[in-house]
Amino acid sequence: MMSPDIFIKAAPVVLQGLQLTLIITIASFLLGQLLALPLGLARQASSPLLRWPAAIYTFLIRGSPLLVQLFIIYYGLGQIPAIRNSILWPILREPLYCGIIAISLNSAAYMAEVVAGALRRVPEGQTEACISLGISRRHRFTDVLLPQVYRELLPNIGNEIILVLKSSSLASAVTIMEITGVARAFTARTFAPFEVFITAGILYLAIGFAFTFLFRLLERRYGITGTRTPAPEASA
Amino acid sequence: MSVILTYLPHLLQGLVVTLQVAAGSFVIGLLIAVLAVFGWNFGPRPLRWFISAYVTVVRGLPELLIIFLVFYGGTVLLSGAFGTYVEVNALTAGICALSVVSGAYLTEILRGALLTVPQGQWEAATSLGLSRMTAFRDVVLPQMLSYAVPGLGNQWLVILKESALVSIIGLEELMRKGVVAAGATHSPMTFYLTVGALYVAITGVSTLIIGAADRRAARGR
Repeated sequence: MMSPDIFIKAAPVVLQGLQLTLIITIASFLLGQLLALPLGLARQASSPLLRWPAAIYTFLIRGSPLLVQLFIIYYGLGQIPAIRNSILWPILREPLYCGIIAISLNSAAYMAEVVAGALRRVPEGQTEACISLGISRRHRFTDVLLPQVYRELLPNIGNEIILVLKSSSLASAVTIMEITGVARAFTARTFAPFEVFITAGILYLAIGFAFTFLFRLLERRYGITGTRTPAPEASA
Repeated sequence: MSVILTYLPHLLQGLVVTLQVAAGSFVIGLLIAVLAVFGWNFGPRPLRWFISAYVTVVRGLPELLIIFLVFYGGTVLLSGAFGTYVEVNALTAGICALSVVSGAYLTEILRGALLTVPQGQWEAATSLGLSRMTAFRDVVLPQMLSYAVPGLGNQWLVILKESALVSIIGLEELMRKGVVAAGATHSPMTFYLTVGALYVAITGVSTLIIGAADRRAARGR
């Protein structure tokens, strides 16, 4: 039933999507991590003016599907004349940028909760210790707090990049020919879905394995020994 | 506003289909997971390898790819069997694909919950003369499920949101109804925000129910 020739034919086709999948994954992941820190800090802030908007943001993003968020950004924003006439329009009319923006905004909301949780777990005594040692507020943040939080979160961050990799397949819904997009188009032409989608799946597993390996190395080098691996639940 | 009201009945019909897909996939996924955890504990070694491979592979693949594989693959299989082009029903394909996905995540959740059931429960049950099988079914399984409530609830929320992907293969669920209304009225922002709000409403209500279920499951523990 499955023919080996089509596997051989499918491999180069599916590989054409690899570059876009990697671009979307890495860009969305980095942007998401960047946004997650201020959001996570805001979730933990004492001022309700920071805490509430961050809580509402994470509630709305985590409560609705990524596909809806992607369509709001790609199709929805174009409906507003003010946006079509703004300097942001050259970015917001490009499906690739919309995909990256949607996935990173989504990833940031999930990651912010994780960051907020890690911030909560830093013992109160450390603040007191820093003050009594005369460490400035800024250094307390950059040299004491952040390294601990991020070293502890390395397993969660490694988990998040896999979730972002899987989310990148949604970009095919806004015409981006990444791995899933090219695989679907090739299926329509050859009518050999098993060969094509299995080849694509193997490629996703290989990329995921490479990211996992990279994060294992980072954990071994920088991780805090004896910390737990992240919970198995998905958060996508 | 009036344009939303015109399409609201369609969107609500879609919402019902979304709940069907999510509930169907959740229940079948849970059955797969209970069998997998059972096989993991009592099965021969090759079965344990198979279960591990299933969980690892499915968790590493995009859900959309699995939906496409089941939908297009199913169509090819059926067309081959009948000798003419037969397209798989999108509802069936969606529920099958998402059951396989949620089954893998639920297996992990149940495996974690099983570890929190104290070892003494096994010992007590077997010392009372229950077979390992009966001990699992009547003593360990109910406790395992009660510990698993937060994880199961989380997976329900995940599956509700993932069900939107089935719109891509044309199932007329909430997301697809939103796409149709957005296209017909040329007001995508209005309809995608409305659809988003409806998803937030069902996940919000679900979260409240999960919280209540967890408090109930934790009673007497």
